Amino acid sequence: MAKKEEYKITESAAELEEHLRDMLFIRHFEEKCNRVYREGKAGGYMHVYIGMEALAVGWMKAIRKGEDYVITAYRDHAHALLLGTPPEAVLGEIMGRKIGTAGGKGGSMHIYDPKNGFYGGWGIVGGHIPLGAGLAFAARYRGEDKVCLNFMGDGASNQGVVFETLNMASLTDLPCVFIIENNEFAMGTRLEYHAADKELWKRGLPFDIRSERIDGMDVIDMKRKATEIVEWCRKEQRPAWIEIMTYRYSGHGAADNDRQLYRTKEEEDLAWQRDPIARLKMQMIGLGYMTEEKYEAIEEELIEEVERIYEICDASPFPEPDEVYDNIYSDMKPEAGH
Amino acid sequence: MGMIELTYREALAKSIEEEMQKNPEVFIMGEDIGRYQGTFKVTRGFVEKFGSRAANYNYRILDTPITEAGFTGIGIGAAMAGLRPIVEFMTMSFSILALDQIINHAAKVHYMTNGEVKCPIVFRGPGGAAKQLSAQHSHSMDGWYAHVPGLKVVAPATALDAYGMMKAAIADDNPVVFYENPGLYTVKGEIPDDNPNFTIPIGKAQILKEGKDISLIGYSRMTQVNLAAAELLAKDGIDAEVVDVRSLLPLDTETIYNSVRKTHRAVVVYEDWRSGGFGAEIVSRIQEDCFDSLDAPVGRVGGLNVPMPYARNLELLCIPSEEDVVACVHKIG
Ligand SMILES: Cc1ncc(C[n+]2csc(CCOP(=O)(O)OP(=O)(O)O)c2C)c(N)n1
Repeated sequence: MAKKEEYKITESAAELEEHLRDMLFIRHFEEKCNRVYREGKAGGYMHVYIGMEALAVGWMKAIRKGEDYVITAYRDHAHALLLGTPPEAVLGEIMGRKIGTAGGKGGSMHIYDPKNGFYGGWGIVGGHIPLGAGLAFAARYRGEDKVCLNFMGDGASNQGVVFETLNMASLTDLPCVFIIENNEFAMGTRLEYHAADKELWKRGLPFDIRSERIDGMDVIDMKRKATEIVEWCRKEQRPAWIEIMTYRYSGHGAADNDRQLYRTKEEEDLAWQRDPIARLKMQMIGLGYMTEEKYEAIEEELIEEVERIYEICDASPFPEPDEVYDNIYSDMKPEAGH
Repeated sequence: MGMIELTYREALAKSIEEEMQKNPEVFIMGEDIGRYQGTFKVTRGFVEKFGSRAANYNYRILDTPITEAGFTGIGIGAAMAGLRPIVEFMTMSFSILALDQIINHAAKVHYMTNGEVKCPIVFRGPGGAAKQLSAQHSHSMDGWYAHVPGLKVVAPATALDAYGMMKAAIADDNPVVFYENPGLYTVKGEIPDDNPNFTIPIGKAQILKEGKDISLIGYSRMTQVNLAAAELLAKDGIDAEVVDVRSLLPLDTETIYNSVRKTHRAVVVYEDWRSGGFGAEIVSRIQEDCFDSLDAPVGRVGGLNVPMPYARNLELLCIPSEEDVVACVHKIG
């Protein structure tokens, strides 16, 4: 990646504080999720977003919330929270409760909130990429002014169906931004072991698609560039393929309890120096927009908020047994016993 | 109501065209369906009616690249946004490349969102053997799909049902696999000519020929085979009832059971591989729920468990015929 040019911060103190709060809320929410999982109150596969907060915050602030479409894989808590899904519904889903976004039928990997433009929440690596293009197709078909943000991991970008989708998205002029959350790992496999060319951003070029690589650890820059790209897609009615460089500090999922199998402690320590939250905090302190005391107060407030959400979820019921047959179809149920 | 005689193929085209005229959110996509008019010519003339030959692409009649998973997924995404896509597979054998999209995505999204997202999409195309297309082009995918909760699966046997059930499939808010059969495209039938709101609901079997001695139960082209078998059996003095299942998922067990309770004997016929095919499920249901009504074990005629061979004589061995059905009727006694 070319060295980033210095830029002048013109964003207001209030806007930067909102970025900071959003990122911090995600981080504390996700840390709580990890604890909830360890305590056995959540199960299955659960993947948190710690380290990647600036990426989702930047992009979600670049779109028209509730109008534009957003779709992602299983690492989906942050996207939902930022789009306005009530956090109780997100944590409730992770804990398999009735108040969850899917009444406890989806779990951590399948958070949805179509009213806020969020279409999941998908567990087959790369499988949702054509669906996102299909959402963009619907917008284009109807002549609506909407774009789709179509997120995937670096590992997902190897799937054949992704290339099939890029070809069609370009052929049929879809307003779809394909966003690779390149956190350097596909589970326990490092980028250089899974991608023949580590510069994933180039993969849009053969399809005549606008293709770029951007740093995702700087929320100010992320939001600015995301905004430009989203508006370009909206105006040009063309797809874009954007690789975002980020890092996940946690394990791949809650079930990954030995990160040393694929990376060293030293590497992690180095990566922590790029922490997007610490970076924004320092930028704000430098501008006189933040103090250590205020930062601590914000953190405390958010931690309490997350605890309050947890208490609500923990006190709420699991789905009823007879709900097992509900919503397989919109208009019928299977015969009982089948 | 005026009626018109059409082939199964023409009936499908008429049905799809009328639905596309009625609702601008209905569109069709697939390989070579536009300029080339479809491999089996179901979409003959559509590109002129719903797009233009000169355009690079037409959203309502969308020629796709040969990327089944990709275009199927795009159709599913469009359906999640409320459009009503019809996805054509050149043959159901190629839908294997899109199984992940159909099974893991289309069939699951309504449940995984607890009803928040609907997926009104039709997956259609010919399944089963055509003529000497051999091992990779002759799959009956009906049983595979009917195994999956979240999908509906229909397999009409007549031109009228193709016409009416296609309308029901397009109107359905759930993913519907619409299983055609290359051997049916030329079968003729009377269709309402001037009633675009005509429909035949999904989930209802029908009795195509009444009889009192045995129930021949099948769907898609095997219903035509059963009708022919019933004629042969009549010569032996056996009065067979032909039950056309029409819809595999949901399955109208009531009509099937009523027939079996009347005749006390049943043979289930299906083109798919005999072992584990959908006919096996029908046999199992009958023996679970109609055991006391049965005077003989339930017979089963299915495709041979072999990859489809090319040589015509070998191919014919693999596909159930009316003679096979008659032989099974005599065997169960
Ligand atoms: C088709 C498929 N294969 C394998 C898996 C198991 N799996 C889940 S996540 C994952 C790694 C994906 O990595 P990446 O796309 O980089 O996303 P990240 O988890 O880093 O966000 C794997 C192999 C899966 N869910 N789906």
